[in-house]
Amino acid sequence: MAFPGRRRGTAPVRAVDGISFDVAPGETLGLVGESGCGKSTTGRMIIRLLEPTTGSITFDGRDISHLSQRELKPLRRELQMVFQDPHSSLNPRQTVARIISDPLLVQGSSAADARKRAAELMDLVGLIPEHIDRYPHEFSGGQAQRIGIARSLATNPRLVVADEPVSALDVSVQAQIVNLMEHLQQELGLAYLFIAHDLSVVKRVCERVAVMYLGRIVEIGDKERVYTSPAHPYTRALLSAVPLPDPAAERARERITLLGDPPSPAAPPPGCTFHPRCPKARAVCRTEAPLLRIATAGERREVACHFPEAA
Amino acid sequence: MTDPQILLSVRDLSVTFATKRGPVRAVDSLSFDVHRGHTLGIVGESGSGKSVTSMAVLGLHTGAEVTGSISLDGQELVGIPEREFNRLRGRRMAMIFQDPLSSLHPYYTVGEQIAEHHRVHFNSRRSVARKRAVEMLAEVGIPEPERRAGEYPHHFSGGMRQRVMIAMALACEPELLIADEPTTALDVTVQAQILELIARLQEERGLAVVMITHDLGVVARVAHEVLVMYGGRAAEQAPVDTLFASPAHPYTRGLLDSLPRLDDADDVPLRAIPGSPPSLLTPAPGCAFAPRCARAAGASPSDRLRCETERPLLSGPAGHPAACHFPAYEGVAS
Repeated sequence: MAFPGRRRGTAPVRAVDGISFDVAPGETLGLVGESGCGKSTTGRMIIRLLEPTTGSITFDGRDISHLSQRELKPLRRELQMVFQDPHSSLNPRQTVARIISDPLLVQGSSAADARKRAAELMDLVGLIPEHIDRYPHEFSGGQAQRIGIARSLATNPRLVVADEPVSALDVSVQAQIVNLMEHLQQELGLAYLFIAHDLSVVKRVCERVAVMYLGRIVEIGDKERVYTSPAHPYTRALLSAVPLPDPAAERARERITLLGDPPSPAAPPPGCTFHPRCPKARAVCRTEAPLLRIATAGERREVACHFPEAA
Repeated sequence: MTDPQILLSVRDLSVTFATKRGPVRAVDSLSFDVHRGHTLGIVGESGSGKSVTSMAVLGLHTGAEVTGSISLDGQELVGIPEREFNRLRGRRMAMIFQDPLSSLHPYYTVGEQIAEHHRVHFNSRRSVARKRAVEMLAEVGIPEPERRAGEYPHHFSGGMRQRVMIAMALACEPELLIADEPTTALDVTVQAQILELIARLQEERGLAVVMITHDLGVVARVAHEVLVMYGGRAAEQAPVDTLFASPAHPYTRGLLDSLPRLDDADDVPLRAIPGSPPSLLTPAPGCAFAPRCARAAGASPSDRLRCETERPLLSGPAGHPAACHFPAYEGVAS
């Protein structure tokens, strides 16, 4: 699957600006960034809930960027989504049986087959299949997220876009869902596009990571490289801002605190969009937008910075 | 007997709400101290009672039954009339909340809102209060404070709004600041700025801070002492280094083990805590954590029965008590 150069912009706001990446079968790509950086918009475009303005999205060799709703229908089997808030993404007036089997009914399964499959899926995601006729409010947040995951798996998709799947859950429950998603990936060979603002969770589940800032990818590469030697100053600042659950390490740590807030995508700064907050910005950064390019020869990591950190 | 360094002292605090489905004890027999110039981190998940505790300290529970003792610098707060509370709130203790936009009034400029505190508590003239508001905005790092004071909350970004809240909270020089998830709604780079700001103001003013959060990373960064809450009760209390190095309560241990960490080298599966946090409507007779507890699950049948039926009291070494029948203290096999 490849998604080269895409642009989307509704009138003045270009929420996502010319980003390119690909996800291999069975792989997890993490998409991290702060609010408003375009990560959710990207996720929604990938499964074509949104149509990109320019650029293309290719799934399994086929350009899907401008397919009609009818043409998309068979593809919905392959591309599914898990949402952030498990309760608001489940219809409170439908039973779990109905919620999980809905995608199957839409795709033409019989009601009996769909119900049987729903029970299997409940078992697969660690719910008790006997609870199939209950309603969402009878489940805790973690269980509701399991329902959302079961629904996304109903049609045997190959790519699941998970948009902040654990951030609305209690801390003690997050690990359960992370483990479940990893387990399902191994079992079913799923590919994930895992969207999150929590860098620790992303480090946990992904093989590769893309860091977004104001609609653009500023760094993308293998997780180990990005986390251990970030090349973009924004990635460095982001990593150093995450509080570690270790008081001694926290005190010993060298921290880069960025000034100011992320700018509005409606009025992005000229040149490199990060330059107003960048500790190492120079004249060229204010006028010329850096392109994403290989940071170190022979590495799969790309960075969009005029002065990347030496690895 | 009373230590002059203790600013806030809470003893046997319980908060009970009358609901249609019967009384809910949201906070149950909680005791803790907050020292001047120190930060107490209160950690817990949704429904653990951490926010209810902070609201009780500020006397914001109308309609709930609050029992026990809350003493601010020697003055008892439980049971005092509303009029008394009004004199203390904002003056000697103040609070900032998770969502600054919904805590600010959309129809008034931020300058007016900050100035109002000063006028109410010091009976100061409009011009004096206004000057104070601008000073406070400058102090919390808002550029062009003179101009920004005349703007409305929606003109500010999330991080800037939280700075406005902090300016408002500190305008009357309170001794105690209660921060309830102050950075949860903020981006991580902005969170770092706000935590640094609170730390700087604490240093400059000798503020006592109660930092309420679900994020153990935030606690590790800012707290001196930590109170871990579960199901409305204290699970464990300890100085921050002790808590993270050798947690005695299996819930604390479980939380720390289940966190994905940036500084983890290998990718072993996360050790998740099974189940979900308890409902306060139907409290378990024994330890609230027993149904999810690995230590109880691995115990002998008689020990497990004890966890399930007998409520553990907070006990153990001074400075590091835990509410567990089988706590894991340093040097003692767990």
